[in-house]
Amino acid sequence: MAKTREAVVGLFVLLGLLCIAYLTVKLGRMELGRGDGYTLEARFTSVSGLRVGAAVEIAGVSVGRVTEIRLDPKEAMAIVALQVSRDVKLTDDAIASVKTSGLIGDKYIDIQPGGNGSPLANGDTITDTESAVDIEALISKYVFGKV
Amino acid sequence: MKVLVWLGSWALSLLNTLGSFFIFFVDGIRHIFTTPKMAPKVIRQMYAIGVQSLFVIVLIGLFTGMVLGLQGYYVLVKFGSTGFLGAAVSLTLVRELGPVLTAIMLAGRAGSAMTAEIGVMRITDQIDALEVMDIPGMGYLVAPRFLAAVLVFPLLTSIFDVVGIFGGYLTGVQLLGIGEGIYFGRIAASLTATDIWEGFIKSLVFALLMTLICCRQGYFAHLRKDGRGPEAVANATTSAVVISCVAVLVADYVVTSSMLR
Repeated sequence: MAKTREAVVGLFVLLGLLCIAYLTVKLGRMELGRGDGYTLEARFTSVSGLRVGAAVEIAGVSVGRVTEIRLDPKEAMAIVALQVSRDVKLTDDAIASVKTSGLIGDKYIDIQPGGNGSPLANGDTITDTESAVDIEALISKYVFGKV
Repeated sequence: MKVLVWLGSWALSLLNTLGSFFIFFVDGIRHIFTTPKMAPKVIRQMYAIGVQSLFVIVLIGLFTGMVLGLQGYYVLVKFGSTGFLGAAVSLTLVRELGPVLTAIMLAGRAGSAMTAEIGVMRITDQIDALEVMDIPGMGYLVAPRFLAAVLVFPLLTSIFDVVGIFGGYLTGVQLLGIGEGIYFGRIAASLTATDIWEGFIKSLVFALLMTLICCRQGYFAHLRKDGRGPEAVANATTSAVVISCVAVLVADYVVTSSMLR
């Protein structure tokens, strides 16, 4: 009797742990240990709306995520750390830009891979960047006729 | 003058009650580490709190998810953004409804049983008999329930979340015709590890609160002024469930506002 109860409790715990694993790993994309990949930095004049955990895409394919956003207080520039998967090779003429999915969707980083620069290694900085497009500023420019 | 006396005595008795809750809590946690042969007692409680509540948790999880799918769809379809249904259902469930509904359901199902069982043992002097045999009542009755609740609540909450997301899939995808890939893709895109942690932290807080309130109401059923004997147990059970539910909802607000910085 006691053995069957223990077995039932064990089954219950297993079921619960499976659900936790499904939530965290499959849906929450939690990284077990250090994610494999290398980290690059990019400097933007504005990353308004970008969040840690946002996707990094090349040609619309997700290849990594934003791991850190901090401010360079000297030049008032945003420094964004990007974790990019190891099998993606980038060169120092790559262009990183902050894009929006849809009109009001989430912000993400789009990378245009370079052509014939020298390859980027862990900790290097992407120098060519395009900052977030300020839709309100664009609309007000159009409305007040300064296009 | 009379008003002042009344106000003062009310404030003092409130402080007394809060203090006795805290002492009970610390005592219960302390006994987790000092009680011998903890594992079989914890397994018995996990069976009572967890396994026997599994069916009802799955049932209300399923229906909560299904109704979220329906309601979310009819709001989102006005903005032509039904693709966000997965995000709406999963975030509502994981951050808010999963922990809260699980805790309220368990307060009604398992918490009331705790109060009644401990209360009956108290009014029939069984706890005194335990103490005579040098078995501390806190260690034998309360500590295993604390440990079992802390283990079981996150498990049941995650089961609730997963079943609820499946319920949203049933109505959103099967009934109303959103793409299956869009539904699950949007969930994966919008649910972050922080959301899931928030849900688990909430369920741990609720586990401790519910066990504390329910066990204490039963343990001190003989001290109640609103009844004697069986009537005291009945009143203790009622107040345990009501106070647990209120405490869970208040704690939910406090945790949410401190997590959403």
